[in-house]
Amino acid sequence: MLSLEYYLVLSALLFTIGVLGVLIRRNAIIIFMCIELMLNAANLAFVAISRSLRHAEGQLFVFFVMAVAAAEVAIGLAIIVSVFKHKETINVDEVNSLKG
Amino acid sequence: MSKALIIILLISPLVGFLINGLLGRWLKGNEKLSGGIGALAVLISLICSIIAFIKVQGGTTLEGEAGILYPWISAETFSFNIGFHVDALTTVMLLVITGVGFLIHIYSIGYMHGDAGYTRYFAYLNLFVFAMLILVLGNNYVMMFVGWEGVGLCSYLLIGFWYEKQSATDAGKKAFIVNRIGDFGFLLGMFTLFAAFGSLDFVSIFDKAEAGTIDIVFGETTKVTLIVATLLLFVGAIGKSAQIPLYVWLPDAMEGPTPVSALIHAATMVTAGVYMIARSAVLYNLAGTGLVVAWIGVLTALFAAIVALKQNDIKRILAYSTVSQLGYMFVGVGVGAYASGIFHLVTHAFFKGLMFLTAGSVMHAMANELDIRKMGGLRNKLPITYATFLVGALAIAGAPFLSGFWSKDEILHSAWGSSKAIYIIGLITAFLTAFYMFRLIFVTFYGKSRVEPEVASHLHESPAVMWLPLVILAVPSALIGLLIGWNGHDSVFHHFTESVFSAGHGDEGHAKELGSAIPFMIISSIVGLLGIAFAWTRYKDRVPSDEPTNALQRLVANKFYIDEIYNTFIVQPIKNISHFLLWKVFDTLIVDGIVNAIAAIVRVIGGTLRRLQTGLVQVYIVSMVIGIVLFLAYYLFFA
Repeated sequence: MLSLEYYLVLSALLFTIGVLGVLIRRNAIIIFMCIELMLNAANLAFVAISRSLRHAEGQLFVFFVMAVAAAEVAIGLAIIVSVFKHKETINVDEVNSLKG
Repeated sequence: MSKALIIILLISPLVGFLINGLLGRWLKGNEKLSGGIGALAVLISLICSIIAFIKVQGGTTLEGEAGILYPWISAETFSFNIGFHVDALTTVMLLVITGVGFLIHIYSIGYMHGDAGYTRYFAYLNLFVFAMLILVLGNNYVMMFVGWEGVGLCSYLLIGFWYEKQSATDAGKKAFIVNRIGDFGFLLGMFTLFAAFGSLDFVSIFDKAEAGTIDIVFGETTKVTLIVATLLLFVGAIGKSAQIPLYVWLPDAMEGPTPVSALIHAATMVTAGVYMIARSAVLYNLAGTGLVVAWIGVLTALFAAIVALKQNDIKRILAYSTVSQLGYMFVGVGVGAYASGIFHLVTHAFFKGLMFLTAGSVMHAMANELDIRKMGGLRNKLPITYATFLVGALAIAGAPFLSGFWSKDEILHSAWGSSKAIYIIGLITAFLTAFYMFRLIFVTFYGKSRVEPEVASHLHESPAVMWLPLVILAVPSALIGLLIGWNGHDSVFHHFTESVFSAGHGDEGHAKELGSAIPFMIISSIVGLLGIAFAWTRYKDRVPSDEPTNALQRLVANKFYIDEIYNTFIVQPIKNISHFLLWKVFDTLIVDGIVNAIAAIVRVIGGTLRRLQTGLVQVYIVSMVIGIVLFLAYYLFFA
């Protein structure tokens, strides 16, 4: 059995990729996918620690996170569709009408 | 006496005010309905007042705990109730207010005919009656003060009723501001009383005052506290009842409609000060400040009578006459003859109300002419007006057996017992009163007509709705003195009000010290008749000259330049201070400066910070991530 550290390192890597993706990419759908990546990185950490400690709560939380992620996808995609209808672009640099 | 009766009495004019005030838009164009509602509201009050009067005569009063309606303000150490105090003095005032008030409402239906503000007028008039009723019905000084301010407001509204006229709005403002000075004194007096007695209820204050349980607020003894309190209250009375030095608003108040002058500025509101002192009789007796009141009163009486000698405006003559007669009332209550002072208040309400209404009738006939030099010979054209005015003038001049004769004589008689000087000044004033009143009559109603031709062509007697109240008012003006004033200090009126005032000075004992009133009556009558005769010789067929001939006459004709003196030494300095110090310096520099400075600071900070708001989502996310990383680093490595 692989030790816990491997899982956690993988999780941290995935999370960092997600953060960088959100910060660097301009396409709203890519940013969205990166957010999902971060959520799943957290899920991985949950599951790994849950197994290592022999506690079921961590696995339970993963279901919560999945439910939240599903809800987020529904709303987030709806926003992206409506932004596209309005601006004909999903490039977040061009959606800046709140500039002070 | 049931409280329901008093509530109906009080609420009825308020309902009239609400109907005319709120629904005026729909009543417009229907003068009969609007005026009818106004008069009906007061008629209901009048009927209730008569019932209350009969019950009080039967010995039932409503005072103290029994009169409390509901608690109004209640805090830890003090509480005020809404409650009524109905005794002989109250019912006398109620009858005067609603009785004279009702007749004046009837008269107004005719007088205000065709005026654009017809419903507004009746709304104000009903509101006035309501406020005046609160003033006399209240069982504590707070309620009295509410009424006191209420009548002041209505007075202001009605003086400035024709607000498109500059002089009317100015007069309204003048009345309001001068009254404010007096009201300030009244407030301070109330505070002093509260500090001294821990209550403002009439019954508890008077009981404590008589028992001597008074906290010292000023000076060394309780008497000093009472002196301060009563004098401060008297300042309020000076303002409201137009005494020296705050009388200046009343002559100007004649800018209002004439029935208003009759009701507010002759019969009721201006007598509120006299009522207040009579109500506080216990305090004034204990403090011994009555003599101050009497002196102010008698000096005002003399001063106003002198000024009235050279006035040529019919309403102004009556206004100065009112100031003068109010002075008499203060002499009465000042020398401890409270019943006599109130008696004069009652008779004065009738005859002065009557005279103002007749003056209104003259104005009505003369197309609003006020200058008596442009009248003359009116007695043939306006017989009813002339006859009723004559009754009023004879009553005020003290012609034997008319109402003014009895009341004025009682006051002078009582004054003799306190101070001979007051008596003599009062007697001189009586002479002057007879003189200027009959000067007015001879110039207006006798001699050759000086009426301008186009006015003369439609000179007419007023309609019945106007002359009927005149005739009805003329009856009590002539007879009420005989009916309730016969036998001077032993009269029906004195016995009726005995229960209110006997607690204090003991009016009856007072009368016995004075001895017989008959010599005084003879002297007053002779003086009054001399005044009339003197006016006859001077003004039988002579017109008052336009230009004063010597310095003394010029002084009197210009009312001793009192308005000019006030203007120079008080009004202008205050205006200048307001303009330069308060407006230019304090308001413009300091207040505006602070506000503008705050706005400028906000603008600078905002201008800087708005650059952070790029509108790019990822910039926000970067700052968020940096923040999270910094916090994490802090907690992981340093905390």
